[in-house]
Amino acid sequence: VKDALGSVQSLLVLGGSSEIALATARALAAGRTRTVILAARRPDELAAAADALVQAGARNVERVEFDAGDLQEHEQFVDRVFDRDEDIDAVLVAFAVLGDQASMEKDARAARSLIETNFVGAVSVILPIVERLRAQGHGSLIVLSSVAAERPRRSNFVYGASKAGLDAFAQGLGDALAGTGVDVMVVRPGFVRTKLTAGLEPAPLSTTPDSVAEAIVDGLRRRAHTVWVPPALRWVMTIVRHLPRPLFRRLDF
Amino acid sequence: VHRLTHPAQAHAALDLADGRGIVARGLGRSYGDAAQNAGGQVLLTTGMRGVTQFDPATGRITAEAGISIDELTRRTLPAGWFVPVTAGTRWITLGGAIASDIHGKNHHRDGSFGAHVVSLELQTPTGERLTLTPDGTPDRFWATAGGMGLTGIIVEATIQMVPVETSWMRVDTERARDLEDVLDRMARGDDGYRYSVAWIDLLAHGGALGRSILTRGDHATRAEVPEGAAYMAQGAPGTRLAAPRLVPPALLNRHSVGAFNELWYRRAPRSESGKARPLESFFYPLDGVRGWNRLYGPRGLVQYQLVVPLGQEACLRRIVARLRDADAPACLGVLKRLGGRRGLMSFPLAGWTLAVDFPARSPDLGRLLDDVDELVAGVGGRVYLAKDARLRPELLESMYPGLSRWREIRAALDPERSMRSDLARRMSL
Repeated sequence: VKDALGSVQSLLVLGGSSEIALATARALAAGRTRTVILAARRPDELAAAADALVQAGARNVERVEFDAGDLQEHEQFVDRVFDRDEDIDAVLVAFAVLGDQASMEKDARAARSLIETNFVGAVSVILPIVERLRAQGHGSLIVLSSVAAERPRRSNFVYGASKAGLDAFAQGLGDALAGTGVDVMVVRPGFVRTKLTAGLEPAPLSTTPDSVAEAIVDGLRRRAHTVWVPPALRWVMTIVRHLPRPLFRRLDF
Repeated sequence: VHRLTHPAQAHAALDLADGRGIVARGLGRSYGDAAQNAGGQVLLTTGMRGVTQFDPATGRITAEAGISIDELTRRTLPAGWFVPVTAGTRWITLGGAIASDIHGKNHHRDGSFGAHVVSLELQTPTGERLTLTPDGTPDRFWATAGGMGLTGIIVEATIQMVPVETSWMRVDTERARDLEDVLDRMARGDDGYRYSVAWIDLLAHGGALGRSILTRGDHATRAEVPEGAAYMAQGAPGTRLAAPRLVPPALLNRHSVGAFNELWYRRAPRSESGKARPLESFFYPLDGVRGWNRLYGPRGLVQYQLVVPLGQEACLRRIVARLRDADAPACLGVLKRLGGRRGLMSFPLAGWTLAVDFPARSPDLGRLLDDVDELVAGVGGRVYLAKDARLRPELLESMYPGLSRWREIRAALDPERSMRSDLARRMSL
């Protein structure tokens, strides 16, 4: 059960190979989190990550297979994971693909596949998860969105569109769940330096997986519903989202 | 949430428990999650508050578990009987007082609430209605008193009240210049008083660390009642003050609390003896301020109460210094000397207990309290589960050596673990 200071005892990570997700799981394990379930497409590759979590303080780290694109399997996956003695206090939805913008603009199949993973897959697995959280009467759903959801950029708007969809869905879901004991936190990092973004030119106000992790832990403590990383992005994006399009197009970032 | 209005309903109500279990809830004044059950059933007992029997000659009263201490006192005080043990608020129920095995300012003399329970009626999840007494069924009785509601539903209890001549207190007040001074005064003088408590300034610096106002007293005799006042005041007073609805989130901070403490300390008489005060202002000062908890801002407060055994004054000193140096402002500190231990999961043990309020918004509060937990556990002390909302579960066994015995008794009373609460889940009780 989440305690009065926002510490969670058990965590389910969807997208267990994500660097942000693993950094978050380690930060939580350094606190009160003892059970971590890493769900990923290739769980066998997460042995080292699991060890690191035990090092950080987790007692029980499980690795399970989960494919965001395999929509038919999602309900069964959720049932399997939640059928246990212990409650799951927090669920981190962190899976995403970045895709290659240039080819997606020409290849509808590639664009559709990205949307299916990042948006359709997320909605498809979040809904049965929320049912289980409601049944246990408490739980925090942490949804990894992106600053790209706030204002799409020329250089990655398919990805931005998928995150914008997810972001809107998560916000509305959070409102729908008010009063149920289940809360939703939307996390909007700026450019995060990870393997996903290796080779890309970092945007201004770029950040690291550990900073995102820290912001998530702090957000749980404050019961925040929106977390920007770094926090200054909140104000920057307030301006950016109102910039006229011709001007925004010319901005080089 | 279901309401109980009669003890006979408890049996059927327990069938409501599904996989998420069930827990009884009284007036909901516990600071922690002992009477919450996320996703499960909660039985409100406050509709079940009848007095079954009261003998004004002996002071024995049998009442349903949902009765408040306020109502209990109103029924018995005119006949010259007061509750044997009371918390800092009268808005708690009889059942809650037993389940938390509460202590009061008289613990060094009279022990905890459970010590004054003649018998109690427990509805167990297996469908039995048990009459538990401290002598006849000591194991099950002392697993239930202090058992945080996890052995069944307490539906009724008989307690022995204490005789009083008046509704007044005779109070001595003195200032103690630092922690050593107050510990010394309490160690030497407490046995001469039935009630003793110290307000402690946890923000004072330097030589004034732990300066306190020590308030001790006893029930006043008729001769000690102020001239012209009734021996027995009729009815409880209304609340004179109320906290405003909207409060700046950071109203209580290091500076505002420090300034308040300075004033409060200076305002107190250096030494005053034999002052007559009404019962409720002595026992329930915060009940006089409606919604006082709002002062802590929208995020509320976290209360923390620890006890360290007698002889561990050095540890207490370290804790007080650690609290003073922390960023989180320790707002209201209360220090008291406790007598011995009784229930398997009861909080009190012979030692020094310190209760502190913090605004929950303080960012480093988690780490601070974790550190203090380690100090407390290291000397054989413990924290109070009725107030806890964040203890590291791994420390529970060392803090509560009676835990494994309690688990055995609970397993017999509730083999299916139907009685569940968020506290139980969080602590794997």
